[in-house]
Amino acid sequence: MQRKPDDGTLVSVRELKTYYSIRGSFLDRLIGREAGSVKAVDDISFDLQRGEVLGLVGESGSGKTTLGRTLLGLVRATGGSVMFEGRDITKLSESELRAHRRRMQLVFQDPHASLNPAMTIGQAVGHPLTIHGITTERDQIRRRVADALEVVGLAPAEQFIDKYPSDLSGGQKQRAVIARAIILNPVLLVADEPVSMLDMSVRAKILDLMLALKRDFDLTYLYITHDLATAKFFCDRIAIMYLGRIVEIGPSAAIYDDPKHPYTKALLRAIPEPDPRRAIPRDLPRGEVPDAARPPLGCSFHPRCPHAFEVCGWEPRDLRDLLEVRWARMEPAEYEAERAVAGDLAALGEPGPHVRVPAARGSGADLLEVLERFRAEDPDEPFWSGVKGMSAADGYVDIELHEPVDPRLLPAGEVEVECHLYDEEALREAERRRAERAVLSR
Amino acid sequence: MTTPVLSVRDLRVYYGTARGPVRAVDRVSLDIGAGEVLGLVGESGCGKSTLGRGILGLLPEGAAAGGQVHYAGRNLLALSKKDLSSLRGPDLGLIFQEPMTRLNPLLRIEDHFSETIKRHEPGLSKDEIRRRSLETLGRMGIPPTRFRQYPHEFSGGMRQRIMIALALVLRPKLLVADEPTTALDVIVEAQILGILADLKRNFGTALLLITHNLGIVAEACDRVAVMYAGKIVEEGPARDVFAEPAHPYTRELLRSTISLETTELHSIPGAPPNLIDPPPGCRFHPRCPNAMQVCTWKVPIEVAPDPGRRVECWLHGPEEEIPPGQTAELEREEIAVAEEA
Repeated sequence: MQRKPDDGTLVSVRELKTYYSIRGSFLDRLIGREAGSVKAVDDISFDLQRGEVLGLVGESGSGKTTLGRTLLGLVRATGGSVMFEGRDITKLSESELRAHRRRMQLVFQDPHASLNPAMTIGQAVGHPLTIHGITTERDQIRRRVADALEVVGLAPAEQFIDKYPSDLSGGQKQRAVIARAIILNPVLLVADEPVSMLDMSVRAKILDLMLALKRDFDLTYLYITHDLATAKFFCDRIAIMYLGRIVEIGPSAAIYDDPKHPYTKALLRAIPEPDPRRAIPRDLPRGEVPDAARPPLGCSFHPRCPHAFEVCGWEPRDLRDLLEVRWARMEPAEYEAERAVAGDLAALGEPGPHVRVPAARGSGADLLEVLERFRAEDPDEPFWSGVKGMSAADGYVDIELHEPVDPRLLPAGEVEVECHLYDEEALREAERRRAERAVLSR
Repeated sequence: MTTPVLSVRDLRVYYGTARGPVRAVDRVSLDIGAGEVLGLVGESGCGKSTLGRGILGLLPEGAAAGGQVHYAGRNLLALSKKDLSSLRGPDLGLIFQEPMTRLNPLLRIEDHFSETIKRHEPGLSKDEIRRRSLETLGRMGIPPTRFRQYPHEFSGGMRQRIMIALALVLRPKLLVADEPTTALDVIVEAQILGILADLKRNFGTALLLITHNLGIVAEACDRVAVMYAGKIVEEGPARDVFAEPAHPYTRELLRSTISLETTELHSIPGAPPNLIDPPPGCRFHPRCPNAMQVCTWKVPIEVAPDPGRRVECWLHGPEEEIPPGQTAELEREEIAVAEEA
């Protein structure tokens, strides 16, 4: 990340932030109270080299699409910079941006939705030429459109140029969309899930086409996808995103052969392989990507991470989620017995270094007993590593948690990874806290 | 296989359109055994979703169905609407792709369950309804603390778990799941597939799993049926079919799947035919790398290349049905790239 941009760098992204503000209630807006924001892109830096294919891989809600759009200036950045051909995209005015867009184009996921059904293929593909004022001469437009169609394999062009999108198959439509994207000779193509709506039998053809175009026209791609399998084949480098952050980035071969981040490992294990000797993987992270409006403390992945430890960012709601998982597995009668001991767990939603679990009655001693039993039955649960101490008093169980340490993107072998497991400092800090805890409990 | 739970024979489903009838399902036969997971795969538009709905009698207006769907000694296609809908729930369940559109946003999860259970088992006490609902939800990993919440308070994966629990709470013998994980992220998808693959052990339910993803079939299914242009062209144990596909379509579909093991891109030439006027003979012949003369005009006959398997492809005979000289390779003009995708 700290690499110096050299001549080979096409796009240089530094500390990029894109926040969406959340629309609060009517009252909030009336009294001007901020309802908070979603950090869709949260302080991201990377370089895109000329002629490379960088894969931006993540699940829904990871911010990958917003990052792609911020790069093109389609979404305004909240902070940071995107240097492209000597200009900072995030500082350009709307009209300056329009001139820049000739150089950087976008291919969308859904070919059916990205073509206007009332426009012929020829009109759609030629549209950028008139919008950008390249030419208005009909013969010239038609000639350039025909060339572009032939290049993307819609040949002979006369057969397609006067057709409507509804006359074309999904793959043919995506070819037309690509023709529209390349007709202005861009240098950068941001392709947002270009093949995920297509049938298996067609995907390879579109990827082949994109590889050929890259060779023939010296294109650079940002390939946005949730599909690690196509990314493996298609990309030179991969960036794995989780809740607005790049958690791992490096050469494809290194990411796939030796994934570092527990999240990358989980993603790779979860992909179904067409091999019946393989069973469905069972040791996957629990739960789902959390609400981006209220991201977890510390490392965003810690509530689902099987290797999380002292410094990863433990907070009260982690305990509530764990209790829920425990109760879901119990017989209803057992659950009722444990639930009756605890009071309202809504208070566990607030972040903080202390957990105050209200007991349903009495001093909280019986609730402490339930929690201690939970710990004894499941001692390997990572949450317990974040607990400094538990005690019962005045109708509550007080749990003191370790302070979170925010992870940083650090080099690890050939890649960079944002995980405390690869951060010597964080590991030492955890060791120190472990020793402290041992002394306390003696 | 033990006595099948469901036996489909010669099922035909046609849709009427201005340009003529679309034969979405064309003389399909298949069996599903108790506790068995059967995967149904094919490209989009091959008729797999229509087949799943046709089995449950859930076809839209303007669709006509023929043939037989035997369940518990009765032909579902001959039942009245009322009799059929009384079977849906306690006997036949359905899980859709998009769970949010199937849950009522104004009803608590608790109410979804009590309504479903009461409709089919009106005598059950409130406590019993609650106990059964919580038990089924618990097995799907939905915590009892959230029983009184509304659908919008759950994540996509949780909603799909709730839909599955809602289908299972009546203990159906057969469940049809149409692309149940397509809208989900890959880790959640694997979680849901794990649940579906365990149906046999936990509920004894037979499952028809409709998907376009061969990886899902390989990992979750006992048997697989491959559908092309309204017909099942190959069927057999998933292990055997993946190891040694008998039909060229199955083989090409497997080759074109992009997985982590992929080292070379491969695709099938051409596109699936339109089902108003499908090609004569074998419907795959215009795209088939192994097509012979006979394939262009004579509809292939079902043969069993191995016990427990079947395939409709002249490469596997029966030889006595192929006229002399008709096994010669088909001379074809190259299919233009433009027609491919």
